[in-house]
Amino acid sequence: MASTQSIMALSGARKAFGEHEVLRDVSLEVARGEVVAIIGPSGGGKSTLLRCATLLEKLDGGSLAFGDIIAARDEDGRAVYAAGDELKRARSRFGLVFQNYNLFPHRTVMQNIADAPVRVQKRPRAETEREARELIQKMGLVGCEDKVPCQLSGGQQQRVSIARALALHPDILFFDEPTSALDPELTAEVLRVIKTLAAERMTMVIVTHEMGFAREVADRVVFLDGGMIVEEGTAEQVIDHPCEERTRAFLSKIAE
Amino acid sequence: MSFSVMLGMLTEGFLVSLQIFFFTIAGAVPLGVVVALGRMSRVAPLRWIVRIYISIMRGTPLMLQMFAIYFAPYYLFGIQLTPDSKWQATIAAFIVNYAAYFAEIYRSGLQSIPHGQYEAAEVLGYSRGQTFCYIVLPQVVKRILPAMGNEIITLVKDTSLAFSIGVAEMFSTAKALVASQVSMVPFAIAAVFYWVFNFLVELVLAAAEKKLSYYHD
Repeated sequence: MASTQSIMALSGARKAFGEHEVLRDVSLEVARGEVVAIIGPSGGGKSTLLRCATLLEKLDGGSLAFGDIIAARDEDGRAVYAAGDELKRARSRFGLVFQNYNLFPHRTVMQNIADAPVRVQKRPRAETEREARELIQKMGLVGCEDKVPCQLSGGQQQRVSIARALALHPDILFFDEPTSALDPELTAEVLRVIKTLAAERMTMVIVTHEMGFAREVADRVVFLDGGMIVEEGTAEQVIDHPCEERTRAFLSKIAE
Repeated sequence: MSFSVMLGMLTEGFLVSLQIFFFTIAGAVPLGVVVALGRMSRVAPLRWIVRIYISIMRGTPLMLQMFAIYFAPYYLFGIQLTPDSKWQATIAAFIVNYAAYFAEIYRSGLQSIPHGQYEAAEVLGYSRGQTFCYIVLPQVVKRILPAMGNEIITLVKDTSLAFSIGVAEMFSTAKALVASQVSMVPFAIAAVFYWVFNFLVELVLAAAEKKLSYYHD
């Protein structure tokens, strides 16, 4: 089966902020086309895991690879990062959708989406703009091309940021609680877009609090608590029939 | 002396005031960037030197700074002062003084840009230079415009300080005319000149702010 190709492999990840250990020996491998949902209590290490995987934060120990690109390798328990050029190549493999979008406020929707492909990947402007138009259509944002982010709703802004990430053709897309800043109605429209991507077999890792959504889109659900993967498996296993006490406690708490 | 003769003399003085103004802007706006970068440098000794520089520039009168720069070459190196020295010292003092104020405004603007902007740029693969030029700088310009407006308007009026060192700008001319004509009219005319020019400055600043008002964050 070709579907077992590894897109991202994080192994033995450790990260501490001062005395506080946020990640202790976390390993996560994602195959092409797989959708992984990461759930767990706040402070459990979800965001740090995502920030380490996207090179915004450096691991203390462990290794990180995107396909054949080794971003960090483990040397006697210490994470040793590759040189700048290699990290740049690694960055071109993934995209990240932030909780609070982080769109460029002074740029139009079109510029937000089409600028990085031109400036970073040096692709022709005409081609990237045509692609950006397709993405705008796909994200249900037709008519917003020349608007700036402050003229859009939160849900629209988050869809622009998804389009911005997709415009660079990443192999894998990370989402850091993409709907936490949105009210329920706007949440639904963002989740619908992510579901469309899942149906197209886009490889994704999604940190989320939306259990219903995780159950619906995720091939695999990972429960992270205390900086460790406590439990992982299909949504049915982890969300509906958790084995671990900590998973059950968390799920019953958010069900209240 | 007729009104029109006085007006002509004051206009001539005002052209000198304008030169001080434009030379200072041309020098201090870019120099302020260098000072701001030094102030935020990761190299601690550099950061401290720049802090002391800014502290002295803001903490002592510009008038004294002009005298210091004017006389320093003679007292320190025995260089003979020439008629041009006054003018050069004035421009130099204005530039280094205003660069300190501009630098602090730039720093406030740079530090107000949310960290998420840098992170988004980093993940998208922008280089540090690209991030600064295309993402950070345009946002900083919008944020610092009102504060820069304040300083620029102050600068227009501060050009009158060159009077103290003997540069024949408009205020010197007005003072001389007041004495020789025994009339306060030259001061009144000078006030109108400063105000009208600052009114134009305000119009330009308002236009710039309006141009950047297409977004907020």
